[in-house]
Amino acid sequence: MNTLLLSHELLVLALGLLVLLADLWLPRGLRRHLGYAAAAGLAGILLFSFLAIRVAPGEVQYAFFEMYALDGLALFFKRFSLLAALMVLLMSVEFAESMPTGVSEYYALTLFALLGMLLASSANDFALLFVSLELITITFYVLASFHRSRMTSLEAGVKYLIIGALSTGFTVYGIALVYGLTGKLNFNELAAVSSSLGGNRLFLFGMVLILAGLGFKIAAVPFQIWAPDVYQGAPVPTTAFLAVGSKAAGFVLLLRVLFVAVPEVSFQWGSLLIVLSAITILYGNLCAIPQRNLKRLLGYSSIAHAGYLLLGIAALSRDGQSAVLYYLGGYLFTLLGAFTVLCLVMRQVESEDIASLAGLGQRSPLLAATLTLAMVSLAGLPPLAGFVGKFLLLKSVIAQAPAQPGYYGLAFVAIAGVVISLYYYFGVIRAIYWSRTAPDLSPIQPSAPIRAALYACIAGMFYLGLFPGTLVNLTEEVVKVLR
Amino acid sequence: MSPLTYILGWPFLAALALVFIPRNYRVVIRAIAVAATFLSAVLALKMFAQFAGAPAGASGYRFEQVVPWVKALGISYYVGVDGINAGLVLMAAIVAFAAACASWDVQHREKEFYILLLVMAGGILGAFASLDLFFFYIFHEFALVPTFLMIGLWGRGEQKNYATFQITLYLTVGSLIVLVGLIALYLQSGLGTFSIPALVAHFRQNPMPLGAQQFIFPLLLFGFGILVSLWPFHSWAPPGYGAAPSATAMLHAGALKKFGLYGLIRIALPIMPEAAREWMPVLAWLCLGNLLYCGWVAMKQRDFNWLVGYSSVAHMGFVFLGIATLTPLGLTGAVLVMVAHGFLAALTFGLNGYIHRQTGTLEMAQLGGLLRRLPFIGAALMMAAFAGCGLPGFANFAGEITVFFGAWKVYPVVTVLACWGALIVGAVYMLRAVRVVMHGPLPERWAEVPDAPHFWRKLPFLALLAGLLVFGCFPRLLTDRIQAGLASVLPAPPIALTEAIEPVNSTAPLAGPTSFEPERPMVPAGMTVRE
Repeated sequence: MNTLLLSHELLVLALGLLVLLADLWLPRGLRRHLGYAAAAGLAGILLFSFLAIRVAPGEVQYAFFEMYALDGLALFFKRFSLLAALMVLLMSVEFAESMPTGVSEYYALTLFALLGMLLASSANDFALLFVSLELITITFYVLASFHRSRMTSLEAGVKYLIIGALSTGFTVYGIALVYGLTGKLNFNELAAVSSSLGGNRLFLFGMVLILAGLGFKIAAVPFQIWAPDVYQGAPVPTTAFLAVGSKAAGFVLLLRVLFVAVPEVSFQWGSLLIVLSAITILYGNLCAIPQRNLKRLLGYSSIAHAGYLLLGIAALSRDGQSAVLYYLGGYLFTLLGAFTVLCLVMRQVESEDIASLAGLGQRSPLLAATLTLAMVSLAGLPPLAGFVGKFLLLKSVIAQAPAQPGYYGLAFVAIAGVVISLYYYFGVIRAIYWSRTAPDLSPIQPSAPIRAALYACIAGMFYLGLFPGTLVNLTEEVVKVLR
Repeated sequence: MSPLTYILGWPFLAALALVFIPRNYRVVIRAIAVAATFLSAVLALKMFAQFAGAPAGASGYRFEQVVPWVKALGISYYVGVDGINAGLVLMAAIVAFAAACASWDVQHREKEFYILLLVMAGGILGAFASLDLFFFYIFHEFALVPTFLMIGLWGRGEQKNYATFQITLYLTVGSLIVLVGLIALYLQSGLGTFSIPALVAHFRQNPMPLGAQQFIFPLLLFGFGILVSLWPFHSWAPPGYGAAPSATAMLHAGALKKFGLYGLIRIALPIMPEAAREWMPVLAWLCLGNLLYCGWVAMKQRDFNWLVGYSSVAHMGFVFLGIATLTPLGLTGAVLVMVAHGFLAALTFGLNGYIHRQTGTLEMAQLGGLLRRLPFIGAALMMAAFAGCGLPGFANFAGEITVFFGAWKVYPVVTVLACWGALIVGAVYMLRAVRVVMHGPLPERWAEVPDAPHFWRKLPFLALLAGLLVFGCFPRLLTDRIQAGLASVLPAPPIALTEAIEPVNSTAPLAGPTSFEPERPMVPAGMTVRE
């Protein structure tokens, strides 16, 4: 077996263990800066990935008896997660001040969660799917409740634990049913037999249960109930990683299960996916309107974005799948930019209310500009990444409409969602610039790495909004391994 | 490189340059903004002058340039003009220059203001020059988002926040509906290209199925309609313009709003002629809502800015009526009114902004006798008011009367009612406003109000007035070009100028080019006398 196939995972694992060990010898004061070392390590792995790992278009390399697949799709998501974790670590260093103990563990756990995401992007077997999901979820139980002194943080951890455990139960039960019926766990083998099982109720029941487990990861209705509370209670970097990395892992697994393992069955599920997507969009956007807590607002907005991403899955086409990847790419820069700003602002003011953004325009033009651009991009207005993403998703949905008029309905629900979302995203922008009274006008000076990260986010949003060609080509290439 | 790329590129380039200029260099910032828009305006003028001599491309457009952008989706940067948008590009460039000149009253966060202003100007010019659906849409959004931000940040009045939210929601709904329509159109063709000439040519060869037309056309009609404040979707406009800083109102009411009308003419009519014929009578009656209802509401206004806002909504009715005729004459008039109203709206909002800046109010009850203090501004405002009532000599007259001539045969009842809107209602509110604001006793508190002190303050208004008068006296400068351009828009059954058509019952198949002769001046004789 070629160990180069597993190089991402092995390197990240080694880095995580190193961080844990370094904690033993480093003096207390320096531990905080371990985050920079970890981030530098991830940057190195990312560089290595771009230089050394190549996958020919359409080619799939397998390891562990086809359990683990390395193809363009996996590589896309591996680099995506690495980039996300890199920025989350930079953010955590800023955040570490407010953590009394266990800073290094926080970094290490973030790296282990990343390891889970890397494995998830290569999962080609229900066993690996389950293991990687658990690795992600269990580390997040700890990460979410890391603020041990805060009730809300503990509450977030417990809620995530209970609902996470429930959804794990669903997934395992579903896998058991599928395995019991077919005797197969591998996606490729399953694909060979699944066409004959389209009418088998037990098999479909098993698949629905597995979907329920994945729906929990991506926070789609009806498994969204945990998201606002956990987003609100968890430390900001955890929330950011949950919103970007964990959601992306859920989507890559969803793509693989639906379009590699059981494509014939998924193509019958158009209506189900349309309904799920529409309800998720409306639920997320409508519930976000009254929110005053910024993290909670982003929690609901992340439900809405899960709905938009489901548009691409519901389209059941290559265009839809590649649009999902594109949208996630834009979402990465947008959301991490927004959370980085929140992390800095909330460290200064101990409140998470929207009003705490008052006067940000004067306190730090860079932070204000980043948050504004992030909101505009999330709302899906040009020339930022969010617009092109939504454009591609809408296009893929409307392309299916002549065959199934329900897709027109879905497109209009998506548009209604965009319009509703303008209200609360612009509410955030309004709080930044328009607030009458600003309690605190002390300038905020972001550190150099954070400034660099913010500039990278801004550049990413603009690049993907103005020059979509490169990433569109890449995503179209990458989804060729799917059906 | 096409001159159009320079015309729309200078504002964007200047906006980019401003990012790197420290905010305390106020004079430099302002000078760059004015210089960039001036360059655009001069280049647009040159483009317009050279238009007739320029070689036309395969699909009849001049000054074309194509740069592939996203090959996978068939998106390319594609600009070009024909007779329809040449005038619009010129108008938009002059309005942008005037708006940049008139922004001297912005006193805080100038850097951001001018960046947004330049992006907006570039977006407007880009939207009018683009022949690629994707860029057409995205340039419009480039212009739209700064509009919201400018109203929110630099707006005035009590209702600023409410107006910002309202205009944002309305216009976003409109543009998203348009987006769905445009995507559906793109997918319907199956060509995998966003190029407008290619799509038009394709659908001319293979007409779109009627079912698809009946679905897509209303999307475009009402999506664009919301953007142009078609009654009953107009309620965002008066409060929005009332709250907007004057440069934003000038650019939006003058130039950006014409985007929807242009989209209808350029995209919806040629690609979906059958559905257009079914929907046009509806549009004709809706346009009466603009002309009569909004005109009536304008008469009731006490705030001068709101009055002008309603009057600008009302004027859109003429354009809709012209489009609804689906005749060359009516459409020529519609495009003429679009250009004329662009100058007019920018002029009135600019003058309003000046008065507001000097007096701090536009409540008509508090103003009066200002002509004595403001000879230049007052005279310009009176000319604008006359242009607004449709006095001959101004471009509006030429456009409106052409629309009426075109509409008379098709919708006689609507035309009679519309004439009332134009002549009586318009004259009542405009003249009343001029009387109240400019004449009568001068209240004590305005005794020291200063007139435009030097040439630079007067320049934007002079440029806009020049546009109104030149195209008013020589409408053939525009009409000749427009008529040539309309050949690609109206593939409909031969429509002679004097023939009545029955839009509802007409089910005749698409056939041949239109039968009017380009040589024959279509403007009524009375109008060309001035040449």
